[in-house]
Amino acid sequence: MKAVQLAGRGAATGTATGTAAGPGRRAGVWRHRAPAIVAAVGLLLLWQLIVDGFGIPTYIAPSPLQIVGVFAEEGHILWNNFWPTLLEAAAGFALGNTIAVALAVWFVHSQLAERAFYPIAVFVNTIPIIAIAPILVLMLGNGYEPKVVIAALICFFPTLVNMVRGLKSVSPQMLDLMRVLSANQAEVLWKIRLQSSLPFLFAALKIASTTSVIGAIVGEWIGSNYGLGSIILEAMYNYRAPLLYAAVILGAGMAVAAFTITTIVERRVLKWKPGNVI
Amino acid sequence: MNDATAAEVASRSGVTAISVDRLVVRFDGNDGGVTALSNVDFEVPEAGFVTMLGPSGCGKSTLLRAIADLVPVSDGEIRVFGRTPEESRRARDFAFVFQDSTLLPWRSALDNVRLPLEVGRRGGVELERHAEPEDLLALVGLEGRENALPHELSGGMKQRVAIARALVQKPRVLLMDEPFGALDEITRDKLNEELLRIWRETGTTIMFVTHSVPEAAFLGQKCLVLSAQPGRVRGYPDIDLPEPRQLGIRDTLEFVQITSHLRSLLEVAE
Repeated sequence: MKAVQLAGRGAATGTATGTAAGPGRRAGVWRHRAPAIVAAVGLLLLWQLIVDGFGIPTYIAPSPLQIVGVFAEEGHILWNNFWPTLLEAAAGFALGNTIAVALAVWFVHSQLAERAFYPIAVFVNTIPIIAIAPILVLMLGNGYEPKVVIAALICFFPTLVNMVRGLKSVSPQMLDLMRVLSANQAEVLWKIRLQSSLPFLFAALKIASTTSVIGAIVGEWIGSNYGLGSIILEAMYNYRAPLLYAAVILGAGMAVAAFTITTIVERRVLKWKPGNVI
Repeated sequence: MNDATAAEVASRSGVTAISVDRLVVRFDGNDGGVTALSNVDFEVPEAGFVTMLGPSGCGKSTLLRAIADLVPVSDGEIRVFGRTPEESRRARDFAFVFQDSTLLPWRSALDNVRLPLEVGRRGGVELERHAEPEDLLALVGLEGRENALPHELSGGMKQRVAIARALVQKPRVLLMDEPFGALDEITRDKLNEELLRIWRETGTTIMFVTHSVPEAAFLGQKCLVLSAQPGRVRGYPDIDLPEPRQLGIRDTLEFVQITSHLRSLLEVAE
């Protein structure tokens, strides 16, 4: 409640100074963002005050300042473990989505393939990723491979489902037009289907961009001595709460960055979609 | 346009553009199937403008789609300049304009007009005869909007682009399935007049499906009236109105007599 009131007032003053200072566009952006920024700062302050005020021990809940301290003192540890996780997530994202798109193209062109493999894909998706991880570690060892595969698996299904829907989203009249033009299957795929599927694909990629990070971290929990996932486990066993929180924040930051990049690419690629004009 | 328009020159040739002979189209279904068209017979002369009218569900669209090789013929025969629908599709003898403009939303107006030149080449289609996409956009009154995306254009403008796209391959026949059905009346009137102008300038044979009696009378030199279930030819009257037709003609007694005649044919058809 308090945060909301604070946010409202912050927005009002922000608008006033913004319009006085210069162009209205900046004022508009500020008015749009200010509530979230003010609310977040307010909550962090509240957190710091509660931890300090009630004397909560660090291993139960560290204060925001202590977490900032970890970034300053042990930044290099976090940094060195950030890159492997990023690499795994990115490789898994690329692998899982590529296979999903390829399978979707195949399914759309072969009813037999769709009937044969779609149920299997659904089945694989229902197995909890946590349960698959140990199997993959046994199969692929302790290196990057199982983590990449887990990240890929977690991306795979939403993209497959969306891509199949997207490729089929072409209107019957559009297909009639292509038939009148004597276009072949490949032309229909390249000129019509792939473009039509892009809004569906990007909806899935936005999901995959964040889940691939989760996949990589979960993979690192099952036997790994590097990466944000292993830092999280290690910090937990050793009651190093500030380090644990810092690793979690870094992981979340990675997911947010991946999501943002995907959104920016989407806006550029889908300029033709009226809804995407900001 | 001093002596004779392209349409007049071509129509004097006396060549038959489309001939439909005892056409039957049946759709197979679980309950024995439906006969959509039964014993349909008619001819369209080269450079003629024929409108097609009938109660909804009478098979107007099916007939047009059969000519365009989008629906298989069950019995009887269709010839487009002496060729079967499949042959004439492969030779790009005809172009089709749908009710929905079916523009690719990610392509500019100009690139949409270019689409027919980019696809279907492998089926043995030779595309040496084609018009310049820029000229066609000018012909349909969209000069300066070449780079506009479909969502930036109004419904009427989108249909203009669709017509330009249909004309890019210089088709001998233009098949139009209620192309202006979704437009408001003012836009529709304007496009009707422009379609007649384009028809006179290009000499293309046009078959035009509509459910509007005034539109059928205003555009057509002849009007094919179909009855429903199964679709049969109810009448194929000539529409004798002074050329070139202008919108004002619709207020004349002659025009009203023609539309009332068409309506009486439709009532029999119901």
